[in-house]
Amino acid sequence: MSDASLQSGPDMGTPSAKSSILQLDQRTKKRNAAEARFRAYGIAAIAVGLVFLVVLISSIIFKGVGAFQQSFITLEVELLESKLDKSGERDIEKIKKVTTFGYNPLIENALKAAMEEAGVENPFTKGKDLRKMLSSGAAADLRRFVIANPDRIGDTVQFRLLASSRVDGYLKGRVTRESLARDKNLTPVHLDVVDQLKDAGVVAKSFNLGFITGADASESRPEQAGIGVSMLGSFYMMLVVLACALPIGVAASIYLEEFAPQNWITDLIEVNISNLAAVPSIVFGILGLAVFIQFAHLPQSAPLVGGLVLTLMTLPTIIISTRASLKSVPPSIREAALGIGASKMQTVFHHVLPLAMPGILTGTIIGLAQALGETAPLLLIGMVGYIASNYPGGIIEGFMSPNSAMPAQIYEWAKRADPAYYERAWGGIIILLVFLMTMNIIAIILRRRFERRW
Amino acid sequence: MNVMTKTERALEMKDMKISAKNVQVHYGDTHAIKDVSVEIEDKTVTAFIGPSGCGKSTFLRCLNRMNDTIDICRVEGDILLDGEDIYDKRVDPVQLRAKVGMVFQKPNPFPKSIYDNIAYGPRIHGLARNKAELDEIVEKSLRRGAIWDEVKDRLHAPGTGLSGGQQQRLCIARAVATEPEVLLMDEPCSALDPIATAQVEELIDELRQSYSVVIVTHSMQQAARVSQKTAFFHLGNLVEYDDTTKIFTNPEDPRTESYITGRIG
Repeated sequence: MSDASLQSGPDMGTPSAKSSILQLDQRTKKRNAAEARFRAYGIAAIAVGLVFLVVLISSIIFKGVGAFQQSFITLEVELLESKLDKSGERDIEKIKKVTTFGYNPLIENALKAAMEEAGVENPFTKGKDLRKMLSSGAAADLRRFVIANPDRIGDTVQFRLLASSRVDGYLKGRVTRESLARDKNLTPVHLDVVDQLKDAGVVAKSFNLGFITGADASESRPEQAGIGVSMLGSFYMMLVVLACALPIGVAASIYLEEFAPQNWITDLIEVNISNLAAVPSIVFGILGLAVFIQFAHLPQSAPLVGGLVLTLMTLPTIIISTRASLKSVPPSIREAALGIGASKMQTVFHHVLPLAMPGILTGTIIGLAQALGETAPLLLIGMVGYIASNYPGGIIEGFMSPNSAMPAQIYEWAKRADPAYYERAWGGIIILLVFLMTMNIIAIILRRRFERRW
Repeated sequence: MNVMTKTERALEMKDMKISAKNVQVHYGDTHAIKDVSVEIEDKTVTAFIGPSGCGKSTFLRCLNRMNDTIDICRVEGDILLDGEDIYDKRVDPVQLRAKVGMVFQKPNPFPKSIYDNIAYGPRIHGLARNKAELDEIVEKSLRRGAIWDEVKDRLHAPGTGLSGGQQQRLCIARAVATEPEVLLMDEPCSALDPIATAQVEELIDELRQSYSVVIVTHSMQQAARVSQKTAFFHLGNLVEYDDTTKIFTNPEDPRTESYITGRIG
C-alpha cells in the first residue's frame, strides 16, 4: 500500500526519458488504483455506519413511539352524594375519609351506563371484572378531582380515565387473545367489550402528556408511569455539574495552559488528567459513595450527590477540550498583548479566553451531554432503583431529596417484567435523545455566535 | 553591582538609551547569544543584521524581556535602560514592556475593531481619563502609524480585515499608542510587499524623531536605508557594531564584509 513498497522492483516501469504524459505509466496506474480502492473502503465504512445509524434510530422510534400514545376510556361519572359525602356537609375532612374503594362503585356504574349507551351487552356478573378494563389508578384520579372540587359532588362529570395496560396493549397490538389465555388481569371477553366500546368511541388512543410530565408508578400500573420526575432529577444534576465543572475545569485549564511552569509536577498532573478521562465511570460512583455520602453525609440518591459525582467524571473532558481550544489560539495574539504591556492575566482574559470560548463551550456541553446519559455512577449512590414517584417540593428539595435520573429511570423500566414498561423504556430513550440533540444544537448555536470570523 | 557604578555609567554614555553588557542567552543547553555588548542611542534607528539563527531576534527580545515567556530561556549579563537594569528583581516586565514596545514579524492585530486595537494599550495602562481623550490618542497613534487616512472612516471595522501592510502599520500604531520610549521591531517588513515595505520604512524614519528604534532585518538594503547604526550578528556573536555607512562601505571584520557582499549567510 505504501509508496515505499511501490518504489522497489525493476520491472515497475521507471519513467523513461521518452515516456508520454498522455499514457499512464505502470506506477501511476498502480497508485491511482490504490487511491480508488482507499476511497471505496472509506465510502463502504461510512455506508456501514449509516446503515447502523438508520437501524438504531428507526428501531428506537418504532419501539418507543407507542409510549407517547395511551388508551383512555371516556366516562360520564355520576359523583353520588350518597357514596362520597353521606352527611351532605361538604366537610373536606370527611370527604377525604372516603378511600379509593369508595369510588369503585361509581366507576362501575359509569362503565355500565356507557356500555348500555353503546349497546354493548355486559357479559360480567361482577362489577370488579368490568373495572379491570380501567387502570387501577382511575379511582385515585376520581378521588383527587372530588377533593379538589367538593362542590361538584352530586353532578355528573366527564372523565378521561386511563385504560388498563392490557387494554392499551391490545389497542397497540401488543396484547392478543392468545396471550391473555393465562393472564389473570384480563380475559378475551374483555377484549370483545373493548372492541365494541372502541367502535362507539368510548375507548380511544390519544397523545400521552402524562408520560412526559408524570411520575413513575408502581409495577402494576405501567399506564400511569411517566418520566417527568426523573427528568427533573437529571435537570438538577446538570445544574450542579454546570456550576461545579465549568468554573473548576476552565480555571484549571487556564492555569495549566498559560501559567504553570513546565516541570515534572505539571507533567504528572497532565498525564493524570488524561488518565482520569479514561477511568470507568463506576469508579467515580464508588468514590462519590465513599466521599459524599459516607464521609460528608450528604443525602443518598440526591441529585446534588449525583451532580457532584458526574462533575468528577466530566472535569477531565472539560479540561482536555478547554486546553485544546486555548492551545489553538495563535501565540501571536499573546505576544501582541504582552508586547504592549498587558499582564499575563490581562492577556488571557482579554484576548485568549474570548477566542477560546467557542471551543470551551462546545467541550462543556459535550461533557454535560455525556454526564446526562451516564448511569453507572448513579448506581452506587442510590439513584438507580429509586422510584421517582413524587415531585420535589421546592428548589432546595429538588437538589437534596432523593430522585432518579432519566437513564436510571429507563434502566428501571427496562428491567420490570411487564412488557408495557418495555415500551416506556424505549419512549424514555427517545426523550433522552431529544435532550442530547437539543444540547448539541445549543452547542452549535453558541459556537456560531461566539466564533469570530475575523 | 552598586548604585555608584550604575550612575557613573549612565553619565558616561549620556545619549545611550539602552546599554547591554556581556549578555549571554541560553536556551536550555544551546548558547544562543555569546557575550554581546551593545550601546543603543536615543532617537536613532539601530539595525540588527545577520544570517538566520544568528541570535538577532533573540537579543531583541531580551530588550523588553519577551524571552521571559519562554521557560527554558536564561539571560545573563546586564541590560540597562536609562541606566537601570531591566533584569533587576524589582522590575516588573509588564511595566517595562509599556516603555519598550514591540512590533512583530507577522502582523498580529487583535481580532477586534481598529479602534479597540489601538485603544487597548492606553486602556490597560490608564492613559486616558475619558472617551474624548481616548479618541484623541487613537487618532494620534493612527496618524503616527501613517494609516489614519486609510481607516478613519471605518474605525469600528475589524483590524484583521485590513491588508497585510495596513495591518502592520496598525500594529506599529498600536505599539506607539502606549507612548513607549523604545520601539523594537522584529523583521517588520518580511511579510509585506515592496510598496507596503516602503511605507513602513518611511514610518520608521519618522518615528526616529521621538523614539529609539531597534529593527531586526534580513534585508541589508533595508538596514542601509533606514538605520543610522548597524550591528552584525553571526552565530550568536556580535561581530561588528558601527555607523551604518561604515558597516556597508568599510567594514572592519572580514565576516561582515563577506556577509554584506553575499558570500556567507
